[in-house]
Amino acid sequence: MSGALIVARYALREAVRRRVILEVLVLTVGFLALYALGTAVTFDEVNSLAADDQLDDRVLAGSTLFGLAMFTILFLGAVLGVFLTLGAIRGDAERGLLQPIVVRPVGRTSLLLGRYVGAGLVCVAYVTAVYVAAMVITGTTGDWWPDDPVAPGAALVLAVLVIAALSLLGSVFLSSTANGIAVFMIFGAGLAAGLLGQIGDALAVQTLEDVARVSSWVLPFEALYQAGLHALTQETGGVTGVIVRLGPFGGAQDAGPALWLWALAYLALVGAAARAAFARRDL
Amino acid sequence: MPTVLSCDSLEKRYGATVALGGVDLEVGRGELLGLLGPNGAGKSTLTKIACGLVGATGGRAEVQGAPAGSAPARAAIGYLAELFRFPDWLTADELIALHQDLAGSDGGAVERAELLELVGLEDARAVKVGAMSKGMQQRLGIAQALVGSPRLLMLDEPTSALDPVGRRVVRDLLRELRSREVAVVLSSHLLSEVELVCDRVAILVGGRIVTRGTPAELARPRGVEVETGDGVRSFPEARRDDVPRIVAELVSSGQQVYGVSLLASTLEDAYLEAVGAA
Repeated sequence: MSGALIVARYALREAVRRRVILEVLVLTVGFLALYALGTAVTFDEVNSLAADDQLDDRVLAGSTLFGLAMFTILFLGAVLGVFLTLGAIRGDAERGLLQPIVVRPVGRTSLLLGRYVGAGLVCVAYVTAVYVAAMVITGTTGDWWPDDPVAPGAALVLAVLVIAALSLLGSVFLSSTANGIAVFMIFGAGLAAGLLGQIGDALAVQTLEDVARVSSWVLPFEALYQAGLHALTQETGGVTGVIVRLGPFGGAQDAGPALWLWALAYLALVGAAARAAFARRDL
Repeated sequence: MPTVLSCDSLEKRYGATVALGGVDLEVGRGELLGLLGPNGAGKSTLTKIACGLVGATGGRAEVQGAPAGSAPARAAIGYLAELFRFPDWLTADELIALHQDLAGSDGGAVERAELLELVGLEDARAVKVGAMSKGMQQRLGIAQALVGSPRLLMLDEPTSALDPVGRRVVRDLLRELRSREVAVVLSSHLLSEVELVCDRVAILVGGRIVTRGTPAELARPRGVEVETGDGVRSFPEARRDDVPRIVAELVSSGQQVYGVSLLASTLEDAYLEAVGAA
């Protein structure tokens, strides 16, 4: 077995043994139950409204609710990804956990890759499962399904992987607490930049639009989230289409295939930076 | 004796601070070297450079002929840090198994059982690290360091948390390793432990080796004591060759002689002298 796979298996076992996954699952069941209740109540209200020629209430309610669910999934996935990686290097080195492993011939690159693969697998499985569950709840309760059911989920998965990669990079330089704070502030800054861009777009303020555009390249998780929101209702037209694309917590924005390629390249760049920094780090 | 660890003008600087200022050192196969020195002398830095945890800023360090930190060098090393921790959710057996995987050891359950027995933890294989005392964890750390039959064992204060029985277990273990031709670098503040087991001693002060030699070489004559009927008489300048003359003079002067002791400085004396002079 390669060194990276050994470390990844170790990271997965740690997540299971420390009951991280169990705790997350229990809390997520609570979230989904709440979401199911909210969806049922909302669609009951929508069904009681008179039909509107201009606005499709069912699409508006479904996409808004599911957009909110996507934001929650992004947040929960980010929490999971950050907490699985925030102390991977410096935090573990300060506690004396890392040195016995680094001395082994697996190599620092394999160690870094293994930690990322372990955390990434947990995050991918979690985000995918919760996304599918929320989509099924929305679809079965209100008979509304995303125009593209795959792309929004893939965007969320990739966004969470980007956040986990940033957290792993930060763990090379910062202690656990400092890294956790830094990554969540970056996460918040990314979301705020998305909101500013939406405001700038609505008010035609070029500076705000520029800030949002630069931020989406520097922190692509926000752009991925917006692209995911856009894919939910990409075939919805008319007034309904305009309104639903305003979206909750940042507007829907089609980014095109360049974003996906950039996100993958971004992961590779962050990984290369973490590898270079870790290779020089005294432990 | 083939060299297992070789350091040539090894240097490590942290900005303006010199942690190691040009260390030359060789450790041969089956040799047990005691690394002594006050806090901040550079013992842990030297150990960590050999293990590839810290990069040298000058000079050269090799393990089994491979540059320190390279995969072949790390494959030849077993290491126990002074401040170590193991995942508290792993059992002793699982921890050893993890390190077998990491070291590429195919020893399987037989090696795990042998190593745990070697450090007296054969009944604790299913005990989680988090439920172990510090002493048990230290013994487990030594077992972990021995995974994959390393040719060089770097132990940084391996007996600091052990009771006298545990220390004796480790002493016996180190002698056993010497018979298996494993080279050991033992960094410790416990001079009596080092004196009991080490073939050679190097004393580091301020990042430089100020004294080295066998414990016997470092121990210097400190005179002769003679137990007479009037009490103990000391002859600080006398040496072994002077004993017959001293005894003869005492007897001829009417003294009754009951015993003669040759005095020599201990490793502690040599250490204090080296540290004080530096």
